[in-house]
Amino acid sequence: MTKQASSSQTECRGHLESGVLSITVTGRLDAPSAAHLWPDVHALLETKDVRSMVVDGSGILYADGAGTALLVFMRQVALRREIALEFQGLEADVAAMLELYPAEKLADPIAAAPKRSSDLVEQIGHAAWGAFVGVKDHISFLGELVVGLFKMVFHPGGIRVKDFFSVVEASGPQALPIIGMLGFLVGLILAFQGAVLMAQFGAEIYIADFVGKSVTRELGPLITAIIVAGRTGSAFAAEIGTMKVNEEVDALKTMGLDPVRFLVIPRVAAATLMTPLLAVMTNLFGLAGGAVVMSGIGFPLITYVNRVMAAVTPADYLGGLFKAIVFGLLISSAGCLCGLRTGEGASAVGTSATRAVVSSIIMIVIADGIFAVLFYYLGI
Amino acid sequence: MNEKKPIITVEKMTAKYGDRLVLDELTFDVKRGEIFVILGGSGCGKSTLLKHMIGLYKPAAGDIRIGEVSVVSSEGEKRDALIRRFGVMYQSGALFGSMTLLENICLPLEEFTDLGKDARELIAHMKLSLVGLAEFANLMPSEISGGMKKRAAIARAMALDPEILFLDEPSAGLDPVTADELDDLIIQLSRSLNITFVIVTHELPSIYKIADRVIMLDARTKKIIAEGDPVVLRDSAEDPWVKSFFNRKTQQA
Repeated sequence: MTKQASSSQTECRGHLESGVLSITVTGRLDAPSAAHLWPDVHALLETKDVRSMVVDGSGILYADGAGTALLVFMRQVALRREIALEFQGLEADVAAMLELYPAEKLADPIAAAPKRSSDLVEQIGHAAWGAFVGVKDHISFLGELVVGLFKMVFHPGGIRVKDFFSVVEASGPQALPIIGMLGFLVGLILAFQGAVLMAQFGAEIYIADFVGKSVTRELGPLITAIIVAGRTGSAFAAEIGTMKVNEEVDALKTMGLDPVRFLVIPRVAAATLMTPLLAVMTNLFGLAGGAVVMSGIGFPLITYVNRVMAAVTPADYLGGLFKAIVFGLLISSAGCLCGLRTGEGASAVGTSATRAVVSSIIMIVIADGIFAVLFYYLGI
Repeated sequence: MNEKKPIITVEKMTAKYGDRLVLDELTFDVKRGEIFVILGGSGCGKSTLLKHMIGLYKPAAGDIRIGEVSVVSSEGEKRDALIRRFGVMYQSGALFGSMTLLENICLPLEEFTDLGKDARELIAHMKLSLVGLAEFANLMPSEISGGMKKRAAIARAMALDPEILFLDEPSAGLDPVTADELDDLIIQLSRSLNITFVIVTHELPSIYKIADRVIMLDARTKKIIAEGDPVVLRDSAEDPWVKSFFNRKTQQA
C-alpha cells in the first residue's frame, strides 16, 4: 500500500541527449519510495553511451537515510563508471544529508579474516591441530580435575560447601519427578513387551527376572545418565560458558583463584554423588512399572517381589550403581570442560551446551560398552 | 519545525521493582531536536527510567508518551509504529554476536523495508561511515574494541532513521579521546539529522559539551532534584548534593 502511495508521489525520469543523461527526481524520498525507485534508477544509471550525468533534485521535498542512500548510490555508480555526475537544485536539507556521506568516507571495508582456508591440505592440517589441542586440553583438564578431587577428599574444608549443596539440589532432588516418570514408564513398557513375548511360552513369571536384571544392570543407570547429561551437563556448560563470556572466569584467575577448584570441583563432586542416587530411584520406579504389568496379568505382588529378589544379585545392583558413578563423573567433567572452553558471544554458549550433551552421551555409550565387556570377563 | 514542542512527555511516572520504590512520580518532557541528559549517582534509577521510556518496563503508575502515543498502553500495530520512531543503544552495545557489523545494521532494514540487498548494504555502509566504522563493516562484534562496539550500536540504532535515539551510558568505559569523539558524533547527528537524543550518563565533561538540558535523579527521594541547563545548574544550584555533583568533579577533571 505504502509503495503505491509513495510511487504516486515520488518519480524518477531520465532523458538522454547528446551523451548527457538528465535524471529528474521529484517527491519525498523515504524508505518505501527509495525501495520502489531503486531498480529504475539502477537501470537508468547503466544507460550506455553516457558522457556525463546531471541529477535535477529540485523537486525532492525530503530525503531520509534511505532516500539519501539513493542519491549516494547514483554518485557511486557514476564514480565506478568514471562519468561526471552533478546534483542540481538540491534543497539545503537534502544537500546537507548528502554531505554527511562524502565518497572517501565510504571506504571499501576490510575483508573479514577468512574463516576457513580453501586449501584442502591446510584445512586437514587445521582440523588435525585442532583435534590435537582438544585432546591435550582434555588430558590436562582431567589431570587438574583428579588433583582437585584428591585435594577435596583429603582437605574437605577447601570445598565451597554452599556451591556444592546448591548443585546437589539442582542436579539431584529436582530431577526426581522426571527420573521417576521415565523409570516407571520404561519398566512398564519393558514388562509389557516381555509379557507379549513370554505369554507364547507360558513363561510370564520370568518377566520379573527380565525387568529386574535389565533395569538394575543396564537401563536404570543408562536412563539416569542420559537425563543427567541433558539436565545437568548442559546446565554446567551453559553456566560456566556464560561466566566465561562475561569474563567472570578471567576474574577468578586474576584473583588467584583456580577456576577448577572454584567452579568445577563442586559441580563434579555433586553430580558424581547424585547420579548413583538418582539411579537407585530409577531402578525403584522401573521395578514398580514392572509390578503394575505383573499385577495386571494376574500375579500377586509378593510373587513378583520374590522373583525379582531371587533374580537380581547384589553384583547386578552394585555394578549398575558403579556404572552410574562413572557416568556422573564423565557427564559433569565433560559439561564443565565444554563450559570452560566456550568461545566468544552468545552462540558460543549454545555450542558449548550442545557439545556437552553430545560428548556426554557418546562417552556414556562407550563406557557402557566397556563395562559390558569387563563385567562379562569378571563374571559379574 | 517547532523546536519547543515536546516529543516525549513523562507524566507522574512511578517505577517499582517489586515493593521497592525506584522512581516516584516523575514529570518532565523532552523537546524535539534537543540533547536531553538524565543524570544521577549510581543506583538512582537512570537506566530504569530509560527502560521505562522505551517501553521495556511498565511503570507502576503514570504515563509516558512519545508524540501523542502512549508508550505504556499502546499495543499491536500502534506499538510497532511507535517502536520504529526511536532507536536504542544499550550499555554494552548489544550487537548480535553471530553477525558482522554490516549484517547487524542490515537486519532492521531487511525486516522493515522493501529495499533490495544492494540498497540495504549501501545504507548500512553509510550509517557505519557516519560513526567512522565504514572499513570495519565485515568484522564480527568480537573482533572490534569496546568503543567501536558502542559506535556500531549507535549506527544500528539509526538504521531506520529514528526521530529519537536513546543512549545508555554511551561514553562509560571509553578513553577520554574516544568519548570526546563520540560526543562530537552525537552533536553532529543532532544538528544534521535533527535527531532528539535522550542520554543516560554521569560523565561531567561530556554533559557540559553536549547537553541542552539535564534532569538529575536523586537516589534518596526517588524524585528529580534538578532540571535545566547544566552550566546554569553548576553555577547556581542550591541543593548541596547537586552543587557538589557539578562542581567537585569538574575541579578534579
